[in-house]
Amino acid sequence: MTINATTYAELQEIAARYPQERSGLLPMLHLVQSTEGRVTADGINACAEILGLTAAEVSGVATFYTMYKRKPVGEHHVGVCTNTLCAVMGGDQIFAELKEHLQVGNDETTTDGKVTLEHVECNAACDYAPVVMVNWEFFDNQTPESAKQLVDDLRAGKTVTASRGAKICSWREAERVLAGFDDGRADEGPSAGEASLAGLRTLDGDQ
Amino acid sequence: MTSPITPVLTANWGTDRSWTLDAYTAQGGYQALATALTKTPDEVVAAVKDSGLRGRGGAGFPTGMKWGFLPPYDDNDPQSRYLVVNADESEPGTCKDIPLMMASPHTLVEGVIISSYAIRAKQAFIYVRGEVLHVIRRLRAAVAEAYAAGHLGPDSPAGVDLIVHAGAGAYICGEETALLDSLEGRRGQPRLRPPFPAVAGLYARPTVINNVESIASVPAIIGKGADWFAGLGTEKSKGFVIYSLSGHVTRPGQYEAPLGITLRELLDLAGGVRHGHQLKFWTPGGSSTPLLTDAHLDVPLDYEGVGAAGSMLGTRALQIFDETTCVVRAVLRWSEFYKHESCGKCTPCREGTWWLVQVLTRLEAGNGSEADLDQLLDQCENIAGRSFCALGDGATSPVVSSVQLFREEYLAHLEHGGCPFDAAASTAWAPRRQSQEVHA
Repeated sequence: MTINATTYAELQEIAARYPQERSGLLPMLHLVQSTEGRVTADGINACAEILGLTAAEVSGVATFYTMYKRKPVGEHHVGVCTNTLCAVMGGDQIFAELKEHLQVGNDETTTDGKVTLEHVECNAACDYAPVVMVNWEFFDNQTPESAKQLVDDLRAGKTVTASRGAKICSWREAERVLAGFDDGRADEGPSAGEASLAGLRTLDGDQ
Repeated sequence: MTSPITPVLTANWGTDRSWTLDAYTAQGGYQALATALTKTPDEVVAAVKDSGLRGRGGAGFPTGMKWGFLPPYDDNDPQSRYLVVNADESEPGTCKDIPLMMASPHTLVEGVIISSYAIRAKQAFIYVRGEVLHVIRRLRAAVAEAYAAGHLGPDSPAGVDLIVHAGAGAYICGEETALLDSLEGRRGQPRLRPPFPAVAGLYARPTVINNVESIASVPAIIGKGADWFAGLGTEKSKGFVIYSLSGHVTRPGQYEAPLGITLRELLDLAGGVRHGHQLKFWTPGGSSTPLLTDAHLDVPLDYEGVGAAGSMLGTRALQIFDETTCVVRAVLRWSEFYKHESCGKCTPCREGTWWLVQVLTRLEAGNGSEADLDQLLDQCENIAGRSFCALGDGATSPVVSSVQLFREEYLAHLEHGGCPFDAAASTAWAPRRQSQEVHA
């Protein structure tokens, strides 16, 4: 699959946002993922051509960051936090049960292509532990049961809404937002979850 | 008793559509910007210096002084200087900037405009970790609203442009010079200093890099006055901060209070350690800060107090673990994190973190020997202080402190031939323990 003219123009558009266009490389690689489903050789070559770099230089950047995938990602990316706090609070058990339930290992995709499962590092939602991310949206206070229901719903194509966020789009659509192309959904979801408001709640009823 | 909670940054998080310009303006938003614009840039810098604000990203360096390191502005030099906001919140346990940007992105945007005006930067960036899709939506929407309202843009009073830039998953990019390399489209690896970013930062131009919470505090300082801010907190740790409680606590979450509050006071507000359990160990400021125990409940949580207790205030990421938690498991997992996130630039960190994981894995499985503990500490001595950046130092903090505090527990793994703990008892869904089972 080659990079089509529309995508190529959008890659150029990203580079042009910055005082020095190489700064656009990270969002450009996000855009490559959104159209190609992973970082492909064609995508690397297109970025290199636009930025005046070698393919090796772009590849060296792409392999450094964990969000860039060399294998095709499923329709949805499900990340289970197994850093210490989430792991202790149950993230390890959730990850183990999801592997069993989906019959996949870490960084593998279900046979129907719907879900890629990965364990992720701390996602800055420790007060909602254990946390599961779907296409980088928060699913707070998960249990093995809720996480299994979540992936079942994703595989069944049901509407799924993040705990603090929007209705779940696909992983590719999410990557397009990360590239800097808005999907107009900032107004979905709440201001904050309950834990974010815990300090404020202690003042309820105060004079 | 008056509550120690002082909502400033968190004050509007519970209001309807708090992330929108309308809601932010309705509660006084962007008035601090108007105030700042009546002052000279140097007066704004002076106010931030006078407030005593110290960096909220972990290191605690005085923000105003950092701004003061920029070379004097030269009207004849048309080249740029930059403000970069470090929104790469990734330190395990740290979860304050993400809810701030989710609930009130305009607080940060207003802070960016005032701070850019103060340091005379015409281009600013918010470098936000890529793994927080909805936060990025909210930030970008807020920036678009601020442009439309005339707060941002070359023709706005401050003349500032602001780009929201998504990262791609690398803890090291929270290190400010690695962040700059990443923002330049490179592998995120730290730079040799000097030159410091204030002299040669982004694109080798003078650059200020500040944490989200630091910049978000600026509107309140300008709006309410440096004296008001300096009147909160302790002598050398002034102002208010967000404390993030997580783990085995009844009501985990964000608690905004003046610097110097104690964990005992915070736990009182949060309903205590989860019912029927006792505090075993905790991190005061993320996994890179040495562990503390119930002996440290009354330590003032300011830079000096936590430092005197042998740890660091860090990001005030208070991860609470009760007696069901195996400290060896906890430390092994953090070590695996540092191993994964080591950027590979320097040998002590790149190789050392792998060694730590190997030895800890052996110990956790009960296959090691007591000599392995000395081996671990020896490895830590060869990492800490010898690594290129603070990631290596941070990797040793949980290891060294846990061996000091819980040596017997490491040995128990050897005697038991594996972990003597039941991991299920630590989970959020573990059966609630009856009060009669509580140890005295």
